[in-house]
Order: sequence, then C-alpha cells, then structure tokens
Amino acid sequence: MIQLFAFYLFASIMIASGALTIFARNPVHSVLWLILAFFNAAGLMVLLGAEFIAMLLVIVYVGAVAVLFLFVVMMLNIDYAELRAGFVSYLPFGLLIAVILAAEILLGVGIWQAGPVELAQRAAPVPQDLPNIEAIGTLLYTRYIFLFEVAGLVLLVAMIGAIVLTHRSRDGVRGQNIDRQNRRRPQDATVNVNQPVGKGVEL
Amino acid sequence: MIGLQHYLVVSTILFVMGVLGIFINRKNIIVILMAVELILLSVNLNLVAFSAYLGDLVGQVFSMFVLTVAAGEAAIGLAILVIYFRSRGTIAVDDANRMKG
Repeated sequence: MIQLFAFYLFASIMIASGALTIFARNPVHSVLWLILAFFNAAGLMVLLGAEFIAMLLVIVYVGAVAVLFLFVVMMLNIDYAELRAGFVSYLPFGLLIAVILAAEILLGVGIWQAGPVELAQRAAPVPQDLPNIEAIGTLLYTRYIFLFEVAGLVLLVAMIGAIVLTHRSRDGVRGQNIDRQNRRRPQDATVNVNQPVGKGVEL
Repeated sequence: MIGLQHYLVVSTILFVMGVLGIFINRKNIIVILMAVELILLSVNLNLVAFSAYLGDLVGQVFSMFVLTVAAGEAAIGLAILVIYFRSRGTIAVDDANRMKG
C-alpha cells in the first residue's frame, strides 16, 4: 500500500517536473525542474530495488550533469526571450507528434505480454543473499570488467574532448615558464649594493 | 505490488515528453540537451524496471553504461555549445549551418 502510494507520488512528480523542464520560460528553472525529475527517478529506482543506480542518479546526474547545465546556462549571456520566438508555432506540430508516439508506444506496451520467462536463461540472476550494491560489484568487476573499462575510456575521451574544445590560448597572459624558472640562479637575480647613507637606492 | 506495466507507462510518458521538448524548443539548444537527458532517464528507468522484474542484474549494469554515455554526451554537448557561443555570440541553432563544410 505504502509502496503504491510512493510509486504514484514519485511518478507524478517526475512527469510533472519533466513537463515543466521543457515548458519553463527560464532555462535556469528548466535545470531546477530537471534536478527534481532526477531525484524522483532515483526514488522510483529505490522502489525497484536498484539502490546503486538510484545513488548514481543522484551523484552523477544531480551532482555533475545538472550542475554543469546550470553552470553553462548562467555563464552564457543569452537573450532567452528571442530563443522562444517560434515556441507557439512549433507547439501544435510537436504535440501531434508526441500524441502519436505516445499512443503507439502505449499500444505496444498494452498488447505486450511477458509470456513464460525461462528463469534458467537469465544472464545474471539476482543473488538473494547479497545486497544490490555488492551483487552489482561482483558482476561488474568479474564478468563485465571490459564493459566497465570501456565506460572509463568513454569518460576519458569525453573529458579530453571537452578540454580540447573549450581551451583557448590568449595573448597578454603571464603564464608560468617552468624552464626559465629553473634556469634562474641567485647570483643572476640578486645583487649586493653598498648603500651610502642619505641617498636613494639606484636599481 | 506495482506491476511492470506501470513503470513502462511512466517511462513512456517521460520519453514522449523528451521528444516533445526537442520539437518545441527548436532554437534553444540548452533545453534540447536537457530533453535528451530526460529521454535517457526514461530509458534507464525502463532498463531497471525490466531488470527488477526479470530478476536479472544485467539490466542495471547496462543502465550504468547508458548513464556514463549520457554524462559524456552532456559534457561534449555543452563544450560545443560554449565554443559556438564564443564564436557567434548566440546559441540559436536553427541557422547553425556553418559546419556544413
């Protein structure tokens, strides 16, 4: 009973905040609604018993991706009113496409039946005596280790790509020249002056 | 107990909302990227729902991979957006045809 209530709560808030994400006037509000949608999706994942994915959603999506969006939205100085110009003219066509797509998928889901599931054919049955995180860990570090490493490579490529794309070398910036720093000796940089009393220092 | 169909319907609605977001915000690429994130979220929900109901952990492993790719895609997309804005001073993408070669 409480599960059903939680499901409807999370699902309705997630769908509502998804709608507000795409309809909000201000992109900052869009990002905030997106964060709410991610939190509620994490709640749904917890209901499904996938605690690890729920934690990943909160950490990766809310903590990294949504903050990245927020950062970019606030960093760029953009006239958002101009970008919304064609909103009303695109709306009927978009709604038509959306309704057709939703009807088709829901029709497919409606007539779909799981049929008898061959339990022996499951690739990695959920172990009953392990918590979710431990079960995923044992699976991920043994059988799917290459998938895991490829995921790391994807992130590495994304990181290098983002740095290469946004890096620019500007003139007039006093950067650090390590070679010159290391070549500098005390006798070149400092000088002893026998300073007479009452006169200014000549440098 | 909540049926699998409930989750499928919820993720369908979220998916369609993401597609609608791409259609109606055709000029604002930031919201388009957010709509893509919504789509990927609904796909993740679908994968995890099937994983839970079939008792098979591979769905959750695959969902993690989708999440990784989504994070990388957001980073690259926003980087391209930043350099596009730097060179043109706007992010209206309906006339983004300078990459046509």
